[in-house]
Amino acid sequence: MSTSNFSNSGAVDNSRRDFLKSAAAAAGAFIIGTYVSFPDVAGAQGGFPQGPYDPNLFLRIGADNSVTVLSKHFEMGQGVTTGLATMVAEELGADWSGVRFEFAAADARIYNNLLFGPLMGTGGSSSMAESWEQMRKVGAAARMMFIAAAAAKWNVPGSEITVEKSVVTHTRSGRKANLGELAVDAMHMPVPKDVALKPAKDWNLIGTKLPRLDTPGKTTGKAIFALDMTRPGMLTAVIKRPDRFGAKVASFDSTETKKIDGVVDVVQVPAGVAVLAKDTWSAIRGREALKVTWDDSGAEKRSTAEMLESYRQMMKQPGISAEGRGDAAAGLARAAKTVEAEYTFPFLAHAPMEPMNGVIELRSDGAEIWSGSQLQSLDQMVAAQILGMKPEQIKINTLLGGGSFGRRASTTADWTAEMAQVVKAIGGRAPVHVVWTREDDIRGGFYRPMVMHRVKAGIDASGQISGWQHTVVSKSIFKGTGLEAMAVKGGVDNSTIEGIADTPYSLANLAVDVHDAETPITVLWFRSVGNTHTAYVMETMMDELAHLAGKDPVALRLALLTKQPRYAEVVRLAAEKSGWGQSTGSGRGRGFAFHHSFNTSVAMVADVSVNQAKLKVERIVAAVDCGVAIDPDVVTAQIEGAIGFALSIALRNQLTFKDGRVEQSNFDDYEPTRMREMPKVEVHIVKSTERPTGIGEPGVPPLAPAIANAIAAATGKRLRALPFDLSAFA
Amino acid sequence: MITLKVNGESHELDVSPEMPLLWALRDRLHLTGTKFGCGRAMCGACTVHIDGEAARSCSIMVGEAAGKTITTIEAISGKVAEAVTSAWQRLDVVQCGYCQSGQIMSAIVLLNGNKTPTDEDIDLSMEGNICRCGTYVRIRHAIHEAAKSLA
Repeated sequence: MSTSNFSNSGAVDNSRRDFLKSAAAAAGAFIIGTYVSFPDVAGAQGGFPQGPYDPNLFLRIGADNSVTVLSKHFEMGQGVTTGLATMVAEELGADWSGVRFEFAAADARIYNNLLFGPLMGTGGSSSMAESWEQMRKVGAAARMMFIAAAAAKWNVPGSEITVEKSVVTHTRSGRKANLGELAVDAMHMPVPKDVALKPAKDWNLIGTKLPRLDTPGKTTGKAIFALDMTRPGMLTAVIKRPDRFGAKVASFDSTETKKIDGVVDVVQVPAGVAVLAKDTWSAIRGREALKVTWDDSGAEKRSTAEMLESYRQMMKQPGISAEGRGDAAAGLARAAKTVEAEYTFPFLAHAPMEPMNGVIELRSDGAEIWSGSQLQSLDQMVAAQILGMKPEQIKINTLLGGGSFGRRASTTADWTAEMAQVVKAIGGRAPVHVVWTREDDIRGGFYRPMVMHRVKAGIDASGQISGWQHTVVSKSIFKGTGLEAMAVKGGVDNSTIEGIADTPYSLANLAVDVHDAETPITVLWFRSVGNTHTAYVMETMMDELAHLAGKDPVALRLALLTKQPRYAEVVRLAAEKSGWGQSTGSGRGRGFAFHHSFNTSVAMVADVSVNQAKLKVERIVAAVDCGVAIDPDVVTAQIEGAIGFALSIALRNQLTFKDGRVEQSNFDDYEPTRMREMPKVEVHIVKSTERPTGIGEPGVPPLAPAIANAIAAATGKRLRALPFDLSAFA
Repeated sequence: MITLKVNGESHELDVSPEMPLLWALRDRLHLTGTKFGCGRAMCGACTVHIDGEAARSCSIMVGEAAGKTITTIEAISGKVAEAVTSAWQRLDVVQCGYCQSGQIMSAIVLLNGNKTPTDEDIDLSMEGNICRCGTYVRIRHAIHEAAKSLA
């Protein structure tokens, strides 16, 4: 699938804007049809579709003075709806208590992600960065239109009019009207071509803690997730998928299934066999009674140990070389001391709390989907292909996502494809809700790949790092997907080595090579992608080298970041706030890690206690530079949450295979972090007015290495695999 | 027919007595604030109150719940419930929010029985509620805040 398919090119309906304007005016509402052009941002990316396609619907102001921001981004808990609305409200001069959000319709012509478009989608911690100009310009343009409307109505100069807290005021006369009262007039004003944005010193909302817009619904049970959707006549489908990746249905017997009350139909689909029923429980029971014979001829049949051994064998041959620096072999040849180590990382399931699901309804002129859609354009395209339609015929109603961590942005839109396949298999005679159980989720693939690293690094007589050779084996996330061109350069999938080859540390001699493992097990990005494992290797090895050289680990990092003052500041801030260098007491250890990902720097200092084989992470002090913190409380929450999310990855989460079958199935043997394990967390944000960078993902990478380095400080032992094997400490 | 007393109303349901209460609430009564997370009482997303106690509705059959007083997130009321919800809102505890109905239901039961919970009490009472977004720091803080506001 070529990415060009994402742009829904075609004739622009010139009447649409007028229609929407008049429809809105009739309803007494202002809908901003500001077409805001971003040649600077778009030009740099080269993919922004050209031409006016008004209306560019980002903002609606009601007669009741409510300000509704249409979110082009998917909310999976990262606070994106609050962030986007903050930017609009800041420039508009809106009263936050009247600000609301709705999800925008799926339409890449309007809601293109400016950093990885042309497509509508959320990911790569890009939302604030990509919309930083766009959303503020939407608000600023609207403010100008309200000022123009008031100036015309009151017959006064616009320069004497202000907009604050959703009230438009003529400062000399004191005449006032709220936005709602002027909404219809403002709709008739021309959309300004050039808009000036507020300087940072004039911000009232950006940089402050504002109440999250999604909190009320999520604390009262009223928030609607895809799993909560129902349609008249809807059937619930659960799918029996093979227990080995790559297996196919040979035959099935649904006799017993059809005897179960509530079961309506059983159909074969590419993913397996779908059982459709009047309610979820009947569908689950029907599936339990289903007998499927699988064709395992093309299936993965190996166990984890065999897969790891095959990785080890691959490492004996030279891999595909990624861009390196200097001469690593020569640097190692003159090293006074070297360390060589192998590191392993297991397959991981994202396990969002809301299992994968979505509702689809087929109509004569198209299809409508209700789901936690993260890459709407891809979901449209995949469903359209299956249903023989055009992408624009697939209407997607984006709903709140009960977590994602990457899973809802599947490169193949796998669960959306299932929805389309099932509804097609029953001839569209009823709306279908495809629901995954937790077992389906844990065993259903699209995992963070299993990865092996091998590193040889050395220090010279003066204690400088003289050479670093790094080999990685992993199944490529991007190869063979429609997004391959985006991430694969020179045969190397950048997501396998991000954080190594582009390390900000000034390592003079660095060589990186990659082997692509082959398996039918499906893999996918997982919150912070390659950084989930590369940061662990880089930062624990960095710690080991510091000890080998007799240097302080923080001082060593600072010495390697002299050309990166913003990064160094984050290292210093975390060290200072954590009391780095002070004693932690016996049985305790303190460890440091720093990682730069998604253009954001995060440093963490972990305090741990190790008693026999029991590890307790006592405290994490984090420092972060993500540019301007649009809402510092959301930034803090993302770091806190990333720590909670990443802790169980360090402690215990792993998917293992026996004869090709996943051994885990639910939260008993794939257990996320629980309350009692959560450390105390301090988050320190570097004050900045630089453009915002990512925050959803960058908190994940430094956690595990900071803990591992703390364990090494406490015990002298180096842990070179995740999850930690603490049996050696018993 | 099975009679369920949910949120102060009686409902006659034509379902198997073996249907988990969770699916009766969600699919039949359309009370979707109670969530499906694991189906095996391991994550707490489906927590409701049965006769005032926290219960995992995914693992209680409708037949067992018949005749008992069932309360879901949609109908919580009283000082403790208000204090908990208000603390959750003030501190912006939620991220994805999917587990939070269950967290709130468990926190209310904790504070009903213990006006001044320690960190250890919170660890114990909230052990069964998973938050994959990792909002535990704020859940703990919100429970302490709610306790303070009730004192």
